[in-house]
Amino acid sequence: MAILSSLIYDRTSPLSCAKIVVHLHASPANKEPGPYQQSKFSYFKLSFKEHGQIEFFRRLTEELSQKRWESTPMSQPIPTATNSQTGRTRAVGIVGIERKIEERRKETEKISQSKLMVKAKEMVELSRSIANKIKDKQGDITEDETIRFKSYLLSMGIANPVTRETHGSGTHYHLQLAKQLGDILLAPLEERGGMMALTEVYCLVNRARGMELLSPEDLVNACKMFESLKQPLRLRIFDSGVMVVQLQSHSEEEMISSALDNVTDKGSLTAEEFAKLLGLSVLLSKERLLLAEKMGHLCRDDSVEGLRFYPNLFNSQA
Amino acid sequence: MSFEWPWQYNFPPFFTLQPNVDTRQKQLAAWCSLALSYCRHHKLYTLDIMEAQESPVFNHKNIDRKLSMEAILIVFEELRKKGNLEWLDKNKTRCLVMWRRPEEWGKLIYQWVSQNGMVNTVFTLYELINGDDTEREEFHGLEDWMLIRSLQALQMDGKAEVISMDDGKGVKFF
Repeated sequence: MAILSSLIYDRTSPLSCAKIVVHLHASPANKEPGPYQQSKFSYFKLSFKEHGQIEFFRRLTEELSQKRWESTPMSQPIPTATNSQTGRTRAVGIVGIERKIEERRKETEKISQSKLMVKAKEMVELSRSIANKIKDKQGDITEDETIRFKSYLLSMGIANPVTRETHGSGTHYHLQLAKQLGDILLAPLEERGGMMALTEVYCLVNRARGMELLSPEDLVNACKMFESLKQPLRLRIFDSGVMVVQLQSHSEEEMISSALDNVTDKGSLTAEEFAKLLGLSVLLSKERLLLAEKMGHLCRDDSVEGLRFYPNLFNSQA
Repeated sequence: MSFEWPWQYNFPPFFTLQPNVDTRQKQLAAWCSLALSYCRHHKLYTLDIMEAQESPVFNHKNIDRKLSMEAILIVFEELRKKGNLEWLDKNKTRCLVMWRRPEEWGKLIYQWVSQNGMVNTVFTLYELINGDDTEREEFHGLEDWMLIRSLQALQMDGKAEVISMDDGKGVKFF
């Protein structure tokens, strides 16, 4: 191909497609043969059916001015005269342009990721500074969820959340996670009478983490390791399938006899009434009543009025 | 004498089939006992299951509780296993209730017979259940089918023999 000399952006005709006209010099004698040995035209037109002409023009002009092909080695040998009759215009320049676009894209991605990391760092700094401010202004702040949330952030050591990157995936990751959970969950568990539904744990932990959220599977797998790690926590699965995390010191069986007292005292109780009485969630209070029934302390009355639990008089009375 | 309801009858959980196996066992035993004593009190020998569902036994209107059809069938199955109930049809719509089993009836009848020194006498079946002599006896008014089974039970024991007579059946006690 002859050396490009000038480039004209042809917008003359509004009815036809946009065109770019590329004018060519005569080729120097020592130039290696290209796809065409000769042509009666000294220019060629590039027609753009839909769009892309502006960008193409810009880049081509850029390339023309940079003349990179003069310093860049040919990516492959020019085809011989016979093969060049295929009609396809192959130019190292265009391949080079494509390569450059690809490089730029990769760089942009890298920038996005690192920008994200910067943001994360900022967040961590922010939460640290908030935590410090709380510490200083201890007397002014009232007890509320936000404060507890932030203290959980601290207790999590949010500066170093266990992530798949730092600890990889698989058992090792879950092990580390289990250890971390063991630390975070102690206080919340104590507050809730020694037991929390796994869904509650999931929300609490992920709210504190903010970034690098735990998947439900990871949480369950980590919790399953409590026992082997000799953590003071246990994952427990009820017959109904409901999963809870409970303190090892917590005995649900002991809770049963007090549940029986509650029910006997009131004559009968529904799960909702029992939940209100104990300040437990309805889900957990129902599990406790079901367990008491399973152990034979309670029996049920199931009617259109709802499900009610009574002391098991079938056992106790003749 | 009016029928005396057991304490369970006023206990709402009595009308819910209990999921706990041990509790259920006790519950079913109480239901069997109640069903039989009710039938005995009212001298009911056959039951229609649809009617039964609406009878006071299984439908306690005062506490707004009734036993489900599923549970009634389970109670009836328990009675059948214990020999107190027999289905009259494959669809399980009607059944015989034997709040006293044929063997037990046979024993009562034989007791009366021997206590009155009537061994070796022949009785017609009619005499036994409708005669003036037996008016005060529990087996008075016993339904035919039950009487025959009771006598057959005695026969198996060698204590009686059912015989055919001109106008029906009779029985001789040994």
